[in-house]
Amino acid sequence: MESILVPFLESMIRTATPLAFAALGELVTERAGVINIGLEGAIIAGCLGALVASGSLGAGAGFVGGGLAGLFMGAVFALFVVALRTDQIITGTALTLFGLGVTGTVHRYLTADGATVAAATVAPWPVPLLSDLPLLGPVLFRQPAPTYALYALVPLLAWWLQRTHGGLALRATGEHAEAARAAGIATERVRWLAILFGGMMGGLCGATLVLAQVGTFNEGMSAGRGFIAIAIVVLGRWTPLGTAGAALVFGAASALQFTFQALNWDLPYQVFLALPYVLTLLLLATLRGRAAAPAGLGR
Amino acid sequence: MDALTALWDGAFGSSYAFWSATLVRATPLLFVGLAVAIAFRAGVLNIGAEGQLLAGAVASTAFALAAAGLPQPVVIAGMIVCGMAAGAAWAGIAALLRHRFGVLEVISTIMLNFVALNLVGWLIRGPLQEPSRINPQSATIAASARWPQLLEGHRLHLGFALAVALAVVTWWVLTRTAIGFRVRAVGASPRAAASAGLVDAPRTILGVFLASGACAGLAGASEVGGVTWALYEGISPGYGYTAIAVALLARLDPRWVVLSAVFFGALEAGAAAMQRQAGVPSVVVQAIVAVVILGVLAATRLREVAAARRTPVRAEGL
Amino acid sequence: MTAALALRGIDKRFGVTTALTAAHCTIRRGTVHALLGENGAGKTTLMRIAFGLLRADAGELEVEGRAVRFRSSADAIAAGIGMVHQHFMLIPAMTVAENVALGGRGRFDARAAAARVRTIGAETGLHLDPDTPVRELAVGAQQRLEIIKALAHDARILILDEPTAVLAPGEAADLYAWLRRFSVRGGSAVLITHKLREALAVADDVTVLRGGRTVLESTTAAAPEDEIIAALVGERTLPPELAGEVIGAASAVRARRDAGEAPVLSLRGVGYTDPAGVVRLRDVTLEVRPGEVLGVLGVEGAGQRELLRLLAGRLEPTTGTVQRPARVGFIPEDRLQDAVIAEMSLTENLALAGAGERRGRVRWPALREQARSVVEELEVRASGVDAPMRALSGGNQQKFIVGRERAHAAGALVAENPTRGLDIRATARVRAEISAPAGNGRAGARAVVYYSSDIEEVLAVATRVVVCHAGLVREVAPGAEPGDLSPYARALVGAEL
Repeated sequence: MESILVPFLESMIRTATPLAFAALGELVTERAGVINIGLEGAIIAGCLGALVASGSLGAGAGFVGGGLAGLFMGAVFALFVVALRTDQIITGTALTLFGLGVTGTVHRYLTADGATVAAATVAPWPVPLLSDLPLLGPVLFRQPAPTYALYALVPLLAWWLQRTHGGLALRATGEHAEAARAAGIATERVRWLAILFGGMMGGLCGATLVLAQVGTFNEGMSAGRGFIAIAIVVLGRWTPLGTAGAALVFGAASALQFTFQALNWDLPYQVFLALPYVLTLLLLATLRGRAAAPAGLGR
Repeated sequence: MDALTALWDGAFGSSYAFWSATLVRATPLLFVGLAVAIAFRAGVLNIGAEGQLLAGAVASTAFALAAAGLPQPVVIAGMIVCGMAAGAAWAGIAALLRHRFGVLEVISTIMLNFVALNLVGWLIRGPLQEPSRINPQSATIAASARWPQLLEGHRLHLGFALAVALAVVTWWVLTRTAIGFRVRAVGASPRAAASAGLVDAPRTILGVFLASGACAGLAGASEVGGVTWALYEGISPGYGYTAIAVALLARLDPRWVVLSAVFFGALEAGAAAMQRQAGVPSVVVQAIVAVVILGVLAATRLREVAAARRTPVRAEGL
Repeated sequence: MTAALALRGIDKRFGVTTALTAAHCTIRRGTVHALLGENGAGKTTLMRIAFGLLRADAGELEVEGRAVRFRSSADAIAAGIGMVHQHFMLIPAMTVAENVALGGRGRFDARAAAARVRTIGAETGLHLDPDTPVRELAVGAQQRLEIIKALAHDARILILDEPTAVLAPGEAADLYAWLRRFSVRGGSAVLITHKLREALAVADDVTVLRGGRTVLESTTAAAPEDEIIAALVGERTLPPELAGEVIGAASAVRARRDAGEAPVLSLRGVGYTDPAGVVRLRDVTLEVRPGEVLGVLGVEGAGQRELLRLLAGRLEPTTGTVQRPARVGFIPEDRLQDAVIAEMSLTENLALAGAGERRGRVRWPALREQARSVVEELEVRASGVDAPMRALSGGNQQKFIVGRERAHAAGALVAENPTRGLDIRATARVRAEISAPAGNGRAGARAVVYYSSDIEEVLAVATRVVVCHAGLVREVAPGAEPGDLSPYARALVGAEL
């Protein structure tokens, strides 16, 4: 049993890691009242940024490059949505197309003469002692570094949202910007920062994909993760812990398909892939799900 | 320069390029572009044209496979009806969620896109898989279910004519009928529509959702009947998302959606040729589409700001 | 003794309109101060200046003897001023403690914030559970929270804008009792209000603004109610010719009523509670007959907004019954939000009336013809009926709306502040067109309901006047002298007749 369970759980966490990065970023953006459906663009930009930076400077620089590429996409989005006050949905859609188009084009040029651009990769790093724990060890503590970063980030973000004035200001901006302004909060600045953070986290999602999982860049390799991240935030009911849990649900859904293949089970794994979305929709339809959404989302 | 020449030749350079590449690619874009235009006109942010297209493709494939023995006009009419109904039903879920539970359609339609995508993935490996059970796709539909070509020797099919007709009808309904006027009024100002016109906005919005979904579903039927003749996973390379650009560039006017869809169809056809002949990656088209949308957004917005500045604060006199 | 807050020689203009001219107001420490005035007298503007939300064009501001210059409300808060807005600035999804702490820096200590809320509760009697989400609070508790928020920032001077507009009578009494205790302990409070009786019962001092100028400053004890009302209303009687008109029209209507013509609009025992649970109207019974122009008066939040919408069929009552024709013309206050669509053409805006009931094809040529006749009849200045509504001046937009509503609904017309923001000529025309009998060849007389925040305007057009106060609607008979405004002014502020 363990021989199935451990790889499944390990793969669940591995798949969930990049999703969690993007979703936590989107969570912060949405708590400021902005929905960035251009997250997909930030992720794919992060993928390419990580590839280029890591190729010449190493894996560490790869994460910086991915984060910066995502940050740039966030800045473009904020410029339109906050400064120009354009429609968030349309702008986000454009940003996704922009990211996919530009990265695909640039990558083709980089590899034009049959040249290969190799990414430096980060191997899983077993945590001494902890990785020898039964079951938990191999599942939780034989992961690449970004996963460990998330272990710290999730509680930190939860604490920050609830226990700092910065967190209060963010939530107030997303709930009722006018009241936030009346309390002396610079709501435009809050939105800028929240969007930039979301973009950077999207970029880190892409960097993790390239550096810790795939090891190279493929066109369109973000494969809808930006949209999945939005679903995760909803399923996680706009809280960091919930979002991390929801990322695991989506991770589990896609890990199941590998398990099924490994076991040669002839079950429609698409059902499991679709399940989290259906779950999200059902949750949205319940009253509690609605109450959890920032009141000013999308306005 | 070679790249641009290739782009132009691929889209308009020969009668084959125009009739068999550009217009064939423009057809689904025209359907989904109309779907988005109708929805946005009423202030409904339907990002789910992709899923509605897939729902339409599934239903029309299933019908075509089941009704293979019937006469061609019956099969084709059935595919159209099934495609529209399935697209409308798929959009109807989002409409219901918004109406009953206040769920933002932006989020729900995105979710439904993925559900539809996985649904297709399952169907073509399960109930709808071709008989040999090797490839993940449906059986090829019978000749009687294939949509007739409009021009001898060209790939252009009935779907394009339908799409253009649909654009005309949509334009006519929006501008000439009471229902269309309600749609426009609700989209422009739900408050004024309700207060000055006593318009039932929720009902109007429900209708718009269904109509938008039906248009997108028709795109799916048209692709199956006119181009692919089978259902498979990549049947839509993101038409539902490009549709937003198509509709926006046309300023949500159905007449202009026709031109806008042809423009984007040409871009895609030309880009494919450009890649083959000049080695310029075709994905650059997506970047161009994005820049077009952002440009339109920025221009519109800056014009509004400038207009607001020109109007000074003054007493409102005669 | 230095004043807690002093404003001197305050001027404020918005574009071409003058809101305040050399207005002044002195709030003594340890007092409750009533700031009175009719709609548009400048009360709220003056206090928004005191709270740093607006900057005066001229004048001085002193807090506890020191001259100050506020760049934002944050400066005012730092100086010890707190303001409770008429529309609460609270975040429903957050707890009481979080709302109180909003706007700080660094770590947010929820326990300390909760303790602060409890301490303030113990000190002042304003008790609230710090961990309750605001969305679960009733309106009265939300107002307590707004006060607690101000006190948490160490406010010694509290400005309350129409605080009792949303409160039940018992809650209002509690609030006033609290304000008294607050002042006894050395705090100062400014009460912006329309409710004269309530204000005089609680306030030590009173300042009356009229037309942006301070016209009365006194202790409450030294100013009899009549003197205050006189200051509020001013030396205002209607010009004799208008007064004559009023009487004339009124007697004509009386004649009609005697003839027993059936009412066009009627409310029986109508009550309305808004979605937030605030009772807006109680037990209203009212009839409007053909040929009548029913004038409606009311200060903001007194219930007239809901009354007009009930009569116009834009709102359904919570209790009681409403009778009205299928179509009632309605001229709402917020023209660009509720009456027209700025981007659409005049013809399309004409088509907006009745858009909900129309079927099949729209007969644009006929509608265009109708739009043309409205433009002609009311002399709307527009480049054509295909011009967008946005291109018209406010006065022409309003004339078009009046024409449209008259054409669409011949039997009844409800107007809400229809001349707001219009210049003199436009005002006169719009007013005349609304109250004009349905002549022009059409048979039958129209029932008109006309609300304005300006008493003179209502009296100039009305054949009969009702006044809304705190959700109650009552008819006010004219005074003994023709054109005497004081009965209406008294009813508006809730004074007994």
